[in-house]
Parts: sequence; structure tokens; C-alpha cells
Amino acid sequence: MIQAYVPLLILALVAGGFAASNILITFVVGPYRPTREKLSPYESGMTEIVPPRQRFPIKFYVIAMLFLLFDIEAVSFYPWSILLRSLHFAGFIEMLIFVAILLVGFIYVWKKGALDWE
Amino acid sequence: MTDFYNNAIGHWVVVTVAITLLLFVVLTATAYTVWFERVALGRIQRRPGPNRVGPFGLMQLAADGVKLAFKESFVPAKADTVLYVAAPTIAVAAAFLSWAVIPIGLWYNVQYWIADLNIGVLLIFAFSSLNVYAILLGGYSSNTKYSLLGGLRSAAQLISYEIALGLSLVPTFMIVGSLRLRDIVEYTVHWGPYTGPIPLILLTPIGFVIYLMAAVAETNRAPFDLPEAEQELIGGFLTEYSGLKFVMYYLAEYVNMITVSALAALLFFGGWYLWFVPPVIAFVLKVIFFLFLYIWLRGTLPRLRYDMLMRLGWKVLMPLAIANIIITGIVLVAVQG
Repeated sequence: MIQAYVPLLILALVAGGFAASNILITFVVGPYRPTREKLSPYESGMTEIVPPRQRFPIKFYVIAMLFLLFDIEAVSFYPWSILLRSLHFAGFIEMLIFVAILLVGFIYVWKKGALDWE
Repeated sequence: MTDFYNNAIGHWVVVTVAITLLLFVVLTATAYTVWFERVALGRIQRRPGPNRVGPFGLMQLAADGVKLAFKESFVPAKADTVLYVAAPTIAVAAAFLSWAVIPIGLWYNVQYWIADLNIGVLLIFAFSSLNVYAILLGGYSSNTKYSLLGGLRSAAQLISYEIALGLSLVPTFMIVGSLRLRDIVEYTVHWGPYTGPIPLILLTPIGFVIYLMAAVAETNRAPFDLPEAEQELIGGFLTEYSGLKFVMYYLAEYVNMITVSALAALLFFGGWYLWFVPPVIAFVLKVIFFLFLYIWLRGTLPRLRYDMLMRLGWKVLMPLAIANIIITGIVLVAVQG
């Protein structure tokens, strides 16, 4: 069974190798004349004043957390959607309960303003 | 194909050759997609577009590629060299991986695929998620304000729309009962006198609309091209990339566009079935139509603001997708009991 996935590995290696060799080739064939200005970070022509890695809005973390929750929900829909024919009415009701619980969480998140970007 | 599976060496030789061929075909398609976009966008804006290099400007991409290959390739002093070079590689590898499970109908009853897996669509979602790593690592490793912020923004955008994208296809799986792309294309209905495959958009029109919007956002294209909002972020995570490293990111983006178009054709428009049109031509025509839709959108719609983008993803598309699943479920259960 696992043998069926080996082509994916080959494809990943071939595609990744293609990209990597392309990038490495430019280091060989292209010129290399570095200057201090050229290697400095792009700041619209200004000298860098503050280091780039500063604190950034907590919103990004919140979105990432919510993504984990709701993406797991989405993935749990998949096996259910395929088996719906054999699960019949009972399986559908079970999923409705699951969605209802999730919906409560979604409404909570919405009301808390986690989905707003001000 | 099954005979080759039992013959160990011959099988892997065939698979490797097939993969190289596929890579070649997709790369060529990508190059001409760029040409097609530039010409179509030019016509939309009442200018000719590229028309100097070769007939109709068809060699423009080859010229650009050669030019960029001989450009100076440098790593910014403050950048993390390994990650900085690895990020575009991840982008390209992830973009091509989806093509392993996409079947291409070559002729009647002859289809081509690299791996016929029963979790096909799930794998495609997994690989498109890898794109987040490429963008985040690219933004982080450049060690510039604009790159970091652009990378974070794109990552947040990608993961937000991934949920809507994943949920939009669930009704299709409920109807067909399989994640294998070939099964979805070959899904047969018996409607009165008609027996045969149908475009599934007839059964899940809302799913298609959600898929289309989420997919455009997922590939970072206009009007959702926030990562490249040059007025605010210079070039987003691409700011510090130049030469072929930059090309690799763009290559990944265009391959993803073709993937999304092919998926739309396979999932909603009956794949290689189109009246009497030969399968491979029908498939290519459908893919070109969706690529044109991408360009049309880019030529028509202004870019969204970031808060609008997040609101659309979380507060409109996601609830709509869940409602769509429940309604489809009610209808299916009512029909089948």
C-alpha cells in the first residue's frame, strides 16, 4: 500500500531538485560583485534604523489558533462525507450535533471580536 | 499500469520518465500562461502586450528566463542563507506535488496519472498548505520589515481561506462518496433517459462559487493579492528576492494557478467530458477558461483591503460553506433515506 506513495517522493525530489539546481546555477553563471549597500536590507533607500524582528500584532497568533481548530473541523468532515451513504440519517444527526457545538464556539469567537481587524 | 507495479525496476523507470515528462509539460504550460496573461491583460488595458520576441511575442518568456539566469545572485547580508534559498525550493516542490494525483484524460477511457490514490483531493490540500511554509520562511529569512510583515499577512490569508476551500468541496464528496479525482469525474447519474457523467456544478453551485473565491485567495491572485500590495508592503515576502529565486516563487504561483484551474475543471465541470470534443482537448479548454477567468479578475477588480479580506473569509465564506454542507446533507438524506 505504501508503495503507491513512492511516486510522490520521486516527484518531490525531481521538482525540488529542479528548483534547487536552478537557484544554484545562478550563483555559478551570474556575476558576483557585492557591495555593502547592495547587501543591506531594502528600506526604500533609507538606512535601517530599527531591527526588523520586532513585536507584531497578536492577531496573527489568534488567527493561527482558530485556523487549527476549524481546519480540524474541516478535515473531520471528509471521512464523514464519504461514508454518508452508509451512515444514513443517524450519521447525519450526529454531524449536526458536532456542527452545533462548533457553531457555539464560532459565535463566541465572532462576538469576542477575534475575527475583526481594526 | 498494474502490470508495471509488479515489475519492480521497469515500473520505477516508467514512473521517473513520466514524472520528468509531467514536469516538462507543466513548465511549458506555465511559461505560456505567463505569456497568455500578459497578452490578455494588455488587451484589457488597450495595449498590445509582448509582441517583439518571436512570433506574437511567444519567445518573451524564454528571453526573460535567460536574462534572469545571468543576473547576479546574492543573499542579503542579514538573511538566513539556508532558509533564504530553501524557501523558493519548497514553494516549487509543493506546487508540483499536487500534479501527482491529478488525472489527465488523454483519450476515451485512457487517463494518465502518476499516483492513483484514494485520498487524492486531501493530498492536494496538504500540498497546498505547504505553500504557507514557503511564504513564511521566505519572509522570515530575508530579515526585513516588509518581508516579515508580508510573509505573516500572506500566511494568515492562506490559512484563513484554506478552511473555506476545504469546506467548499465537502458537498461534492458527499454526492460522489470518494476523494479520488477520477471517481469524481466519472460520477454517473441516471436521470430518466440520460445515463452518464455530468458536470457536478449542477448539483453544488454554491460550493463552486466558494471554491472559486477561496482558490483565488489561496493562490495570492488579484483581487486577493495582498501579499504583493506594493503600496503598503513594497513586495511583501518577495522584497529581498531577485534573479531565479524570484522566478521560482513566480513559477510556483503559476503552477498553483494551473492546478486550481485543473481542479475546478475536474471537480465541477466534468473533467475531460464535453459533448463530442476529444477528452484531452476538452480538458485543456476548460483549464484555459479558468486561467482566463483569473486574468479577467485581475484586469477588472481592485484589490481588497486586509480587514475586508479577513471578514470575507471568516464571516462570509466559512458560514456559507457549512450551511451548504448541511443543506446538501438534508437533501441527500431525504433522497436516500
